Amino acid sequence: MSRRAIGAVLAAAAALGLLAACSEKPQTNAQGVKFDAVPWSGTGTEANTGTVFTAPGWKVGDKTAWQQQIKTRMNGQNEYTKEN
Amino acid sequence: MARMKFVCDAERCIECNGCVTACKNENEVPWGVNRRRVVTLNDGVPGEKSISVACMHCSDAPCMAVCPVQCFYRTDEGVVLHDKDVCIGCGYCSYACPFGAPQFPTQGTFGARGKMDKCTFCAGGPEANGSEAEFEKYGRNRLAEGKLPACAEMCSTKALLAGDGDVVADIFRTRVLHRGKGAEVWGWGTAYGSQQAGNPPVNGVKQ
Repeated sequence: MSRRAIGAVLAAAAALGLLAACSEKPQTNAQGVKFDAVPWSGTGTEANTGTVFTAPGWKVGDKTAWQQQIKTRMNGQNEYTKEN
Repeated sequence: MARMKFVCDAERCIECNGCVTACKNENEVPWGVNRRRVVTLNDGVPGEKSISVACMHCSDAPCMAVCPVQCFYRTDEGVVLHDKDVCIGCGYCSYACPFGAPQFPTQGTFGARGKMDKCTFCAGGPEANGSEAEFEKYGRNRLAEGKLPACAEMCSTKALLAGDGDVVADIFRTRVLHRGKGAEVWGWGTAYGSQQAGNPPVNGVKQ
């Protein structure tokens, strides 16, 4: 192999190594803007499971139960229902 | 369920900044970024009033309208969220928002302006609910834990209300009927460009 060819191979290898540092993760996703999972699916590692931080009193995965839970918390902000 | 909304009752807000602290702590918001803040008008003057301001999760969100990369989306609960993997940090949303909700971290790779950060109504982001990636980028997902935003649940005087617009409106209406004043939701007129800006209506008509 000629010196010129060896030089070209080395230059290509060096360029490949340098350009590798320029790579980055894709900034878009397949469907464009993502859509979130429904909130009643919980925060557990598996679907429809909760964690120790999940508020007690509702069944994770049940939309109606979640809505009722949130409604209860919302009405908890109304102290007129407690004091008057 | 209708749409998740915040409302701050200026008759009750005591400028304790508990909501700001709760938000920062719950979401581990970086230094220099304030998803929520308390604004006081006529500070030090008798009759000063304060309101707690963050993203209002607008039904027709201007940030969403101006975003050139369409990184915003709205959940079925009416929470306006954005995808940080798509955001380019251009700042258009910041100019469009009447509440100054979009925040930009001043530290990081690009120094002056990073990717936009804002209140998520404690609903996380597009990453998997409760995942580490979601927490790192957007903070806690309290809605998926069956809770309301930390700022509102922490509010000691319950000035800051969060939840379904209908329920929040009912709570506020009950208060106004009991105390007999404060029906104008003081302060919000300023944000929406009203000349009334918290003053009482002139001859019963808002300006």
